[in-house]
Amino acid sequence: MLERSVNPACPATAVVLSGVGIIGYGAYLPRYRIKVEDIAHQWGMDPNSMKRGLMLEEKTVPALDEDTITISVAAARDAIKRAGINPQEIGAVYIGSESHPYAVKPSGTVVAEALGICPDVHVASYEFACKAGTEAMWVSHGLVKAGEVKYALAIGADTSQGAPGDALEYSASAGGAAFIMGRDKVVAEIMATYSYTTDTPDFWRREYEHYPQHGGRFTGEPAYFKHVLGAAREILKRTNLKPSDFAHAVFHMPNGRFPQQASKMLGFTKEQMETGWIVSWMGNTYSGSSPTGLAAILDIAEPGQLVLLVSFGSGAGSDGFVFKITEQIKEVQNKANKVRDLLFNNRIYIDYGMYAKFRRKIRMSSE
Amino acid sequence: MPSPRYAKEIPQRYRLEANKCSGCGEVFFPPRLICPKCKGEKFEPTRLSEKGKIDSFTTIRVAPKQFANETPYTVAVVALDGGVRITTQVVDCKPEDIAIGKPVRLVFRKIQEEGKGGILCYGYKAVLS
Repeated sequence: MLERSVNPACPATAVVLSGVGIIGYGAYLPRYRIKVEDIAHQWGMDPNSMKRGLMLEEKTVPALDEDTITISVAAARDAIKRAGINPQEIGAVYIGSESHPYAVKPSGTVVAEALGICPDVHVASYEFACKAGTEAMWVSHGLVKAGEVKYALAIGADTSQGAPGDALEYSASAGGAAFIMGRDKVVAEIMATYSYTTDTPDFWRREYEHYPQHGGRFTGEPAYFKHVLGAAREILKRTNLKPSDFAHAVFHMPNGRFPQQASKMLGFTKEQMETGWIVSWMGNTYSGSSPTGLAAILDIAEPGQLVLLVSFGSGAGSDGFVFKITEQIKEVQNKANKVRDLLFNNRIYIDYGMYAKFRRKIRMSSE
Repeated sequence: MPSPRYAKEIPQRYRLEANKCSGCGEVFFPPRLICPKCKGEKFEPTRLSEKGKIDSFTTIRVAPKQFANETPYTVAVVALDGGVRITTQVVDCKPEDIAIGKPVRLVFRKIQEEGKGGILCYGYKAVLS
């Protein structure tokens, strides 16, 4: 196949500081956890080789009463706390997920109502495998920049599915992050965005199927790496920035190894990746993955620092964002839950039997 | 729960919206049309605190069908800051973790599903703080 060059017409913003960016952010992770060795024991796999191969220790598990909607509400409430705005001034609510609880009825209707935003609001659900959250961020940023709405709320959240015994079961977890875009009191200004998309059948779920299917090793080089590296290299080129200009970088985290390899190939150091690389203890929260990594970075970021985010969604595409942290970050960091507190405090460990019940992997007689 | 009734209760279930009697200041949840204390008919909207303490509780071991896979679970009477008492499930803990007087906060969770193809009902539940 011929390698295509990057299309200059692909939607992208030039590096003209518009003053638009994140004014408030929040994240949420369920309290329940299952360890990788408990899943490995269940399927007769060697726990140490699974942990080493995937660079994972444990993952979050949603409780029976948690889903993309409840995760979104929890994350968005913290984002509103940090932004310190009247929720009724939010003109758009966009939720990216591949586990929307309803097939027909946008998650955002419930979320916007719970947050007290309705009825003067535009609501939509986004889907693009694991990059649906950054799609919501992309569109929210664009709407605010165009002056269509004063504030826009973008959420990436998932209760990810992985078939029993499949490699995905070791990583598919639950959580999400919310970002409010605006022009006043910006904590992380968006300097540039860039999106890289092709038709790549690496991972999919057909209608009425419970679990996604994937192309095994095909999900690596031609899918994750091609798109993540493609988006990262092009946004660096367009912004005339180099890896050493950034204090932090976060890439989509389907497992621990892929983002580490991608960062190395691009020339980022372990120190630049350390803060956003939370996958070992969180798992892959799909649409919430790189957005929650970004929230972890914002928790400790310093004014003036540059942050690179590159998501990845199978199918396949990557969204790239360059953020510049402002002085305002110091005013909001302590106003709500921090990602590492959610990650390491109040954990409740469950065994595989309880996990199977929580994830409804057991077919009940009444179903 | 039929969908129209659920929709009508959304302000209370999602946002803890109550009303306060303009005459005597009594807060009602769910909101009332006439104050049983002073017979006043003027109210102002107010929102309940999300923080409170457990006043009383019970553990459910044999549950209605829609909650059967959640047993054992705890239902508590929670006294919210500001004085209003509500009945709610306490989640993300074992029944033995719960005691009278323990502080809780309210979170947004799924309450029940109207069967396999019906609507999903959301509202408040308590977690230990």
